[in-house]
Amino acid sequence: MIKVENLHASVKADDGKAEILKGISLDIPAGQVHAIMGPNGSGKSTLSYVLAGREDYEVTQGTVKMDGEDLLDMEPEERAAAGLFLAFQYPVEIPGVNMSTFLKTSINSIRKARGEDELDALGILKLIKSKCAELGINDDMMKRAVNVGFSGGEKKRNEVLQMAILEPKFCVLDETDSGLDIDALKIVADGVNKMRSPDRSFLVITHYQRLLDYIKPDVVHVLAGGKIVKSGGPELAQELEDKGYAEFLEEAA
Amino acid sequence: MSISEETIKTVADMAGRYEAGFVTDIETEKAPKGLSEDIVRFISAKKNEPEWMLEWRLKAYRQWQDMPEPEWAKLKIKPIDYQDSYYYAAPKDHTEGPQSLEDVDPKLLETYEKLGIPLREQEILAGVQNRAPVAVDVVFDSVSVATTFKEKLKEVGVIFCSISEAIQEHPELVKKYMGSIVPPGDNKHSCLNSAVFTDGSFVYIPPGVRCPMELSTYFRINELNTGQFERTLIIADKGSYVSYLEGCTAPMRDENQLHAAVVELIALDDAEIKYSTVQNWYPGDFETGKGGIYNFVTKRGMCEGRNSKISWTQVETGSAITWKYPSCILKGDNSQGEFYSVAITNGRQQADTGTKMIHLGKNTRSRIISKGISAGKSNNTYRGLVKILPKAEGARNFTVCDSLLIGNQCGAHTVPYIESRNKSANLEHEATTSKIGEDQLFYCMQRGLSEEEAIALIVNGFAREVMQHLPMEFAVEAQKLVGISLEGSVG
Repeated sequence: MIKVENLHASVKADDGKAEILKGISLDIPAGQVHAIMGPNGSGKSTLSYVLAGREDYEVTQGTVKMDGEDLLDMEPEERAAAGLFLAFQYPVEIPGVNMSTFLKTSINSIRKARGEDELDALGILKLIKSKCAELGINDDMMKRAVNVGFSGGEKKRNEVLQMAILEPKFCVLDETDSGLDIDALKIVADGVNKMRSPDRSFLVITHYQRLLDYIKPDVVHVLAGGKIVKSGGPELAQELEDKGYAEFLEEAA
Repeated sequence: MSISEETIKTVADMAGRYEAGFVTDIETEKAPKGLSEDIVRFISAKKNEPEWMLEWRLKAYRQWQDMPEPEWAKLKIKPIDYQDSYYYAAPKDHTEGPQSLEDVDPKLLETYEKLGIPLREQEILAGVQNRAPVAVDVVFDSVSVATTFKEKLKEVGVIFCSISEAIQEHPELVKKYMGSIVPPGDNKHSCLNSAVFTDGSFVYIPPGVRCPMELSTYFRINELNTGQFERTLIIADKGSYVSYLEGCTAPMRDENQLHAAVVELIALDDAEIKYSTVQNWYPGDFETGKGGIYNFVTKRGMCEGRNSKISWTQVETGSAITWKYPSCILKGDNSQGEFYSVAITNGRQQADTGTKMIHLGKNTRSRIISKGISAGKSNNTYRGLVKILPKAEGARNFTVCDSLLIGNQCGAHTVPYIESRNKSANLEHEATTSKIGEDQLFYCMQRGLSEEEAIALIVNGFAREVMQHLPMEFAVEAQKLVGISLEGSVG
């Protein structure tokens, strides 16, 4: 389903380019949840941005394929239409644009790109309402401007809601647990778990093992210094929690 | 090629895709080129005007010759050759003024259909067009070619006609009010208009009447090298209400064309006028700035009576140059003035626009919400004056000026003047300048929006506070226009 091979990427900085990802390979079969753990500065967010196609990140080597399609060849919105969803670590505020307008534009852009009929206002409303109910989110949120004045928990729940509505094939969660209290964390994890299905895969990026108590990964990778230094089962997350990242940092150095 | 470079390229190929840019091939009768007393007489004679009107024009013309160009705005304007323009152009068969729709040249009807302007009364009433009925005065180059729903409006005593017709039919009202709010000598552009104005709309709402439908005027410049000089006069008598909208478009031409309009509004006791503009004149070539309309407009409203209210809403997306300050004189006690503005500049456009709120009466209130959006290599200036005179006890003003920049080659400028000569006045001013963030764009694109769609969405959000003051019938179109006018803005 998702095949990342020898991915190298740099970020454009004021003083030239800095290589952040130094040869990452991942193979995430359909239906699986992979977790990436790593210390600050290891390249976790860069990986999510590169997968989603953010400008200012340049891929210098390697390939990323989703169901055999070359993701790196696509614009960010084409990747979204192809089924890639990124839940942001810091969801962005868009003043004056309410959530329902935003979702309507998003849903219909994607439907159009997939050659499907656009939904009318009523159809959109129904879809949003049913997903809100499913995830236990108060649909009053839909009247508010995108992420404006949202609490940390509301922002992350909003990301999960969008993920549920857009029904992607491949979900990347970038430190979705950061800044969440335990109740919010459960709601978010619950939403993700509901979406797990045999034809959908997840890449959960996190600093702490905590989230993985609620979202059980199939495989855990340790990212350090821009490389995956170790992969293993869920038990690897616990090991990291106990021992910390120190030994991996040495290994990467 | 990076994403943004590629987007810029794709969009640049599309840019300047000004949808109203076509020309209607119609036989036209024109005045000889240039400006002189003879031309003023020619226009007056074409319209069969009474002597007093001709005298008024000639006086304005003489005064105009010695007036300096206003040069205080932050605009770079090539010297205007006033002799290189036509001051009168009318579709043949329409030189006699407005007629019934059946007599209008089908080519003209087609033109307005293409522009999405509803003219067919019967269909509108029958609900074929599926929108609320709107009465339209249609001005094509120098003449009003038709006014819809006139009869229906007459039933409630509302007069809605071309200004040329008003001069013939309602001279007492025209004599009393024309030039009373914007005197011919107010500035060079209003003076030129007073000498050579060719048409425009006239509205009178009798006491206590709430105008039963939206009134609107649609201005179209079609002829090459022709200026459009329209005059609009709206009088809301005691306790009446009217909502009026104007829209404007012009073909794409390499030559600059002059549009110098004057709009005067008068609201008597307890009357309210809501005046909305969606301005989409051809902005000139996207890359070179060649061509486009010079939009020099003097708009002013007089809150003459107690508790009267005048509200200006404008969405300015077109024109090579916009010089425009819809203002309110708050003379009646407890009167209110409002100015809601969205001004978008892209490519090489320049806009210097804002308002003046002059508080004369007691407890007068004014509110200014200005949203400027600059993109491409354009320049966008808000210029406003809030003036509290000594007798304006308890006057209040609230001003918000927000500027949004797209890209790094454009400019946004805010020039607020505040003069208070009464200690009891309460004035608030807020201003912000921000840039469309890469992170906002990326967030939207990750949700499937193209860069263009993302910009349109973000800008409409930024302008929302103003857009929601537009009449419903036009809000959706204005939102689309915001998107179209920002095409090619990334870079």
